[in-house]
Amino acid sequence: MTRIGVLALQGDVSEHVLAMQRALSGKGEVLEIRRPGEILGCDGLVLPGGESTSISRQLEISGMAQELKAAARSGVPILATCAGLVLVSREIEGDAKVRPLGLMDIKVDRNAFGPQRESFEADLQVEGFERPYRAVFIRAPAIVDVGNKVQVLARIGEVIVGARQDNLLALAFHPELTEDMRFHQIFQKMLEA
Amino acid sequence: MELENLRFGTELLKRGFAKMQKGGVIMDVTTPEQAIIAEEAGAVAVMALHAVPADIRKMGGVARMADPAVIESIIDAVTIPVMAKARIGHFVEAQILEAIGVDMVDESEVLTPADEFHIEKTKFAIPFVCGARNLGEACRRIKEGAAMIRTKGEAGTGDVSQAVLHMRRIQGQIKSLKGMDDLQLMKVAREIEADFDLVVECARMQRLPVVNFAAGGVATPADAALMMQLGADGVFVGSGIFKSENPAAMASAIVQAVHHYDEPEILARVSKGLGAAMKGLDAASIPEGEALQTRGW
Repeated sequence: MTRIGVLALQGDVSEHVLAMQRALSGKGEVLEIRRPGEILGCDGLVLPGGESTSISRQLEISGMAQELKAAARSGVPILATCAGLVLVSREIEGDAKVRPLGLMDIKVDRNAFGPQRESFEADLQVEGFERPYRAVFIRAPAIVDVGNKVQVLARIGEVIVGARQDNLLALAFHPELTEDMRFHQIFQKMLEA
Repeated sequence: MELENLRFGTELLKRGFAKMQKGGVIMDVTTPEQAIIAEEAGAVAVMALHAVPADIRKMGGVARMADPAVIESIIDAVTIPVMAKARIGHFVEAQILEAIGVDMVDESEVLTPADEFHIEKTKFAIPFVCGARNLGEACRRIKEGAAMIRTKGEAGTGDVSQAVLHMRRIQGQIKSLKGMDDLQLMKVAREIEADFDLVVECARMQRLPVVNFAAGGVATPADAALMMQLGADGVFVGSGIFKSENPAAMASAIVQAVHHYDEPEILARVSKGLGAAMKGLDAASIPEGEALQTRGW
């Protein structure tokens, strides 16, 4: 049975658990990962939305940062949303408060769109999707630079808000807060690959 | 830009913002220096106000929104969200806070109420958090547009008992709705002066439809973990950090305690050697009429 671990240090963990359960529809179990060692044995991982400074600090203190890096290197599919996208990056623009894990060849602007009043919903054109995708951006980050192994999935103006690199799927928005499961379906295909 | 239907300030965005705070600690700060200490300790957000509740209690007089210049300096000092308090019903203070780029407004009983009505929060693009002592109060605030609820507790006391009482009461009231039919739920809605649809939603979800934090008297890592074990989605700490002997250590320990709320060995470790917690005030010793929690309805 497929086991998906949702990193449960802080953020919208229960929303991710529910969304992933819905996507798997009984064909797998979804666990909250809070302690060192629990990442081992997961076939897929989710890094949720939340505050990247707070999550980053916990990852370092607990030693789970090393486990995450090892899992990513061994090819475990990882869905990283919002704060998760910040964490998997190689570099964060002008900001030393978060230690990126360096799993994905992307450079990130942590708070690209401004304060909460500038948070927005928008219809995105996504690579490979026939219909637009309604995306929810909450104090969202954006990808400002990518390496050549990175496949860009969606943009807003100049910046990238969705990207994939091998076993990593990084989204600046929150697929766990809406009903549209198309990004979860991509993740499921990554699990099967 | 190929963007269609760009929308700001939707209910989904407001409640979504609150959800991102879950499992975190939101700390009261009065200066940029304190905000930096909070951020470095792992706070998910800071709450800007002109004085911490314990000092507001001591000072007396009218407590108002903090100086916008101070709030702006706090916004500039940190990268985590900045919240700020407005007086109950004072929608212009809230407008000012929105205008300077505050991420969330706390319509707070800690400040002196300005109106018998609470702010019509649906009219704002930014989300609000409001205090509640019971399910009726929580539902009324959500109906007005609150995207997050927190227990009122008794702010500035360092006495967690009132936060415990309010959390238990809200949880207990929701539990009691289980298995009720529509007629029974209608009766409850009438009795607690709450919107019927919200009562139905609470009954079905067996929780509030918005994030529910603990606040009002949390002073130690153990207090924070207690509130989490009682079912809080996260914790606000007011005077508890910057009225303690070693704020940086206390802040970090409370963050650790919230992350590991059900692991006593870790709670024991992070609770050691923090110096004195805030002195505090027994909530039961507060004369009737001086309790902050009775402000608002």
